[in-house]
Amino acid sequence: CANGINAKYVSKKISKTRWRPVSSSSLQQPDIFATGSWDNEDNSISIWSIGENGVSSMDDEFEGDPQLLCEYKHNGDVLDLQFLDQDRIVTASSTGAVTIFRHHHNSQTLSVSKLWERAHHYPCNNAPCTGVVCNSPEIVTVGEDGRIMLFRADQEGVLRTIEKADSSAIHAVTFLRTTEILTVNSIGQLKLWDFRQPGNEPSQILSLTGDRVPLHCVDRHPNQQHIVATGGQDGMLCIWDVRQGNMPISLMEAHTSEMWEVHFHPSNPGHLFSCSEDGSLLHWETSSNTDTPSFLQGGRNTSIISRSAIAPAGGNQSLINAWLTGDSSKGHLETTHMLPSQMLSVNSLDVLGQCLVCGTDGEAIYVNRHVPI
Amino acid sequence: MEEVDVEPTTTPIPGFDSNQKHLGFVWGPGDILVYETIYKASGGSAGGCPFVHEVRKDEDIYSPILRKLFNESHHIFVGLQRIREDLPSKNKKPQFVSISKNYRSVIRACMEELQQVAVYHNDSLGNTLLSLELIWNLCEVLFIDAAPAGSLVLHLLDWVRLHKADVDEKAREVLASESPAEHQAYWDVVISYVLQGRMDEARQVLVKQAALQPAARVMFKLLDNLLMKMPIFNPGETQTLTEFDVKWRHWREEVDHCLQDQSFASNRHLEDICKILVGDEDVLLEYKELLSTWYHFLVTRLLFSHPTVKPTELHYYAQSSMHMFLDTRSVPEPLDSILLAAFEFDIHQVIKDCSIALNNWWFVGHLTDLLDHCKLLQSHNLHFGSNLREFLLLEYASGLFTHHSLWQLAVDYFDHCPEFGRVYLELQIERVPLDTERKALKVIRICEQRQMTEQVRSICKIMAKKALRNNRLGSALSWSIRAKDAAFATLISERFLQDYCAKGTFSDLDLIDNLGPAMLLSDRLTFLGKYREFHRLYGEKRFSDAAKLLLSLMTAKIAPHSFWMTLLTDALPLLEQKEVIFSADQTHELMFCLEELTSGKSQLFTLASLARVKQLFTLH
Repeated sequence: CANGINAKYVSKKISKTRWRPVSSSSLQQPDIFATGSWDNEDNSISIWSIGENGVSSMDDEFEGDPQLLCEYKHNGDVLDLQFLDQDRIVTASSTGAVTIFRHHHNSQTLSVSKLWERAHHYPCNNAPCTGVVCNSPEIVTVGEDGRIMLFRADQEGVLRTIEKADSSAIHAVTFLRTTEILTVNSIGQLKLWDFRQPGNEPSQILSLTGDRVPLHCVDRHPNQQHIVATGGQDGMLCIWDVRQGNMPISLMEAHTSEMWEVHFHPSNPGHLFSCSEDGSLLHWETSSNTDTPSFLQGGRNTSIISRSAIAPAGGNQSLINAWLTGDSSKGHLETTHMLPSQMLSVNSLDVLGQCLVCGTDGEAIYVNRHVPI
Repeated sequence: MEEVDVEPTTTPIPGFDSNQKHLGFVWGPGDILVYETIYKASGGSAGGCPFVHEVRKDEDIYSPILRKLFNESHHIFVGLQRIREDLPSKNKKPQFVSISKNYRSVIRACMEELQQVAVYHNDSLGNTLLSLELIWNLCEVLFIDAAPAGSLVLHLLDWVRLHKADVDEKAREVLASESPAEHQAYWDVVISYVLQGRMDEARQVLVKQAALQPAARVMFKLLDNLLMKMPIFNPGETQTLTEFDVKWRHWREEVDHCLQDQSFASNRHLEDICKILVGDEDVLLEYKELLSTWYHFLVTRLLFSHPTVKPTELHYYAQSSMHMFLDTRSVPEPLDSILLAAFEFDIHQVIKDCSIALNNWWFVGHLTDLLDHCKLLQSHNLHFGSNLREFLLLEYASGLFTHHSLWQLAVDYFDHCPEFGRVYLELQIERVPLDTERKALKVIRICEQRQMTEQVRSICKIMAKKALRNNRLGSALSWSIRAKDAAFATLISERFLQDYCAKGTFSDLDLIDNLGPAMLLSDRLTFLGKYREFHRLYGEKRFSDAAKLLLSLMTAKIAPHSFWMTLLTDALPLLEQKEVIFSADQTHELMFCLEELTSGKSQLFTLASLARVKQLFTLH
C-alpha cells in the first residue's frame, strides 16, 4: 500500500463516492460513506462504514477495510449521488430517473423513498440525469436533455422545470446561494440561474475565450460564494470569480485527461482536490495561512501555468509565482499525488475532515483517514 | 480441477428437443448463439421455439469474487510491463519473484473470501483456485526463483508446507486436549511434522509423550538428539554443498546405527520415525494418508534421501514417486500431469495442460507473461505469427471484452501485445455499447490516446447522430468538434438554418452566440455564427457594421447560394433606412450579387420580390 492508502476491491466500477455529513459542531471524523456503481448489468448503491461500527481491527495502526453495511439495486448507472440529510440519499440515473433512498440505521437496510422516473427525457427516449445537488428539502437536477429540474423532497410533483436551459448536455450543477445555481455544459459554458426570476434564461453566461472545452465538474468555495472551480475535458483546473465577467482568475494544468470531480475542502478551503480519467487524484494546497489561497489572489490576468502538475508523491515544493505581483511567499502551491500510479480512471472523490474516499474504474475504493490538511 | 472428459460435455438447451428439430448456432467472441431451425428431424412435429439462446462457456468471469482477481492482477500486470528493460537480469530476479508472490497473494485473497462466503456451489471454484496457487507456487520455485541444489529441497519443503496447513490445526487440537499424549491423533501429528521436516515442532510434541514414560527416557532423549542434530542446508552460510553433504551423510549413518542397534525396538512409533529419517520408502508409503499426495511423498523422500538433489535430477524422482504412490489402476488427474511437467522443467507442457484444463485464460496468460519476462520461454513462433505469450494474452483480453464492465481492463492487455494487440483493440473497441455520454467519452479517450482517429471519428459520429435525432443541436456540435468532423458540423449548421427559415427565429441562441473558435470548423458553421452576429448588430442598431458584415458574407462566398435571397431580403430594411448605410461601392457589390442570383439556376424567389429588390437597388 502506497501513501498509507489501501485498495478495497468491490467487483463493480464505482462512479460516485460521498461521505455522510457529520454535524459541524461535533469534531467527529466521518465514518459512513455511500457509493454508486456504473457500467454493470446490476448497478447498486451501497453504504459502507470505516468506523467502529463494523471494523474489527485490533491494531491501532492497521486500519480495517471499509465494511459493507447495505446495498440496493439501482436502475441504470449512478451518475451522481448526494446525501440529502443523515438518512436520505438522492441519486441521478442514466435512465433519467431521480431517486431518494432512505437508509434505515436500525436494520441497516436501504429502501426507495421517492422516485421521479422520467425527470429527464427526450421526446421519445430517456435522457441521462447527470447531476444532482441538494439544499434540503430542495433538490436540483440537470441532465443530458438540457433541462434543469427543481424538486422538493416532501412533494410528489415537480416544483419547477427550466426547459431548454441548454442546447448541449449539462454535466454538473452546484448551489451558489440558496436561490442561485451554476451549471456547466459540454460546450464549455458556465451558466448562472436565479430561481427568483421566472423564465428560462440564465442570468449570466461565462466561458473561456479560445477553445470551448467541455466542462465536467464544478465546485463552489465554501466561504466565498463568488469563487468557483471547474474542470473539464482537457484536465485543466480553472478558478473563476463569477462577479468578474468572462475570464477565469487562473488556469492550471492539472491532469492529462478529463477531470471528473473537483472539491474544495469544506472546512479548509486552502485545499483543493481533483480526480481524473488519467488515474490520478491531486491534492492542491497553498502554504500560506490566509483564507484566500494564492490561486485566488491573482488579478485580472489569466495566468496559464505551464508547469505540469506531475509532482512525485511526498509533495516536493513547486513554486508557482506567475500570478502574484507582490509577496512571493504567498505564491506557494503544492500539488501531491494521493494514489499509486498506473491506475484506471478515478471517477469520484469526497473529502470531509481528515478523511478522503475515492472510487475508480479498477473496481476499487480507496480511503485515506489522515489527509494532511 | 476439472476432469478431462473423454467425450465433450453436452449442455441441454431448455425448450429445444433435439429429436424434433435441428439446432443452428453461430459463434460469438465468447459465447454461442443457438436457435431452432426450420429443419425437422425425421418424424418431427411442427411448432417451434421462438427463442434464441446464448450459451457461455466461461461463467467465472461473472463471479463477483473472481472479478477482484481480474482487477487486482491487472494492476500487477501493468506494473510488470513497466519494469525497465535495461536492468541486468540478475537484479530483476528478486523483482520477478516478488511479482510472482503478489499474483499468488491475490489468488489466496480470493480463496479466503470464497471460504468466508462459504457458498457451497462455489466449492469447485475454491478447489480450482487452490490448485492454481499450487501450480503457480511450484513454477515460482522451479522456474522464477530457480533454486539451485541445496536450497531446492528447502524451497520445495516450504511449498509443501504451505499446502498442507491442516497439520497445524490438528496439532492445536491435540495440544489443547486434556492429555495430549493420549489423544488419538497424537502420533499422526508427530509423524506429520517429521514428514514435513519440521523437527522443532516434532520435538516439542514428543516431549509430552516422553513425560508420560519416564522409564523410556533414554530412548526419547536419543531420538530428540537425532532430530535436533539433523543438518539443514543454509544457503547464507559459507558452507558449501559438499561440506553439507558430508555432514548429512555422517548424521544419517548415526541414525542408521541406532536402527541397527535396535535402540527404538520397544516403541513402534519411534522406530518408524527413525526409519523415516533414513528415508525408508516402504515406511513412508505406510503413511500415505498423512502424506495425502504424491508430491508430498516426493519432497519428503528428497529431504531424507537426496537433500542435495539438483534441479535436473528432479524429474526422475518425481516420476518414480508418482508411480510408487499412486494406485496403478487410477488415471492421473490433470493436476498431476501438470505438476509432473513442471518437475520435468517442460514449461510449454505445463502451459498447454493448464490451457486445456481451465475454462478461462487468466491463469496461463499471466503466468506465461511473467515467465516470458524472465526470459524463460523459447521464442518459437506459432503458426499464425505471434508468440505464445501474445497469443494467450490476446485470448484472455478478448474474453474480457465480452464482459459488460471488464472491457476496460482488456485495453491494457492489448497495449502490451506488440504484434496484433492494436488490431484487436481497434476491432473490439467499436463494439462497446455507448449508453451514456460519459461512457462514450471514456471510450474516445482510450482511442485518442492510441491515435485511433478512425474510431474516434466513428464514435463521435454515432453520438452526434443520436444527439441530432433528439434535437440536441448543442451536444451534436460538441461531438463534431471533438472529432474535428467538418462535414457533420456543416450538417448541424444546415439544421439551424432550416429552423431559422421555417420559424423566422434562431433556436439555441446560447450555442450560436458563443461558438468561439469552433466556428472555424466548417464554412457553414462560420456562416451561421456570422449571420447571427449580423442579426445581433442589427438589433443593437449598429447598422453600418451590420451592413458591412452582410456584404462580406456574400462576397467572401461564405454564404451558401441557397441563402443569398434571404440575405438580400435582409438587406432591404437597411436600404430602406433614411440615412444612407450602403456606400456606392457597397451598393454596386449588392447589385452584382443580385445579378449573379438572377442569372443563376436557382429559382428560389418569386418574380414579385425580384422586381421589388431591383426597384430598391436602382433607387440608390
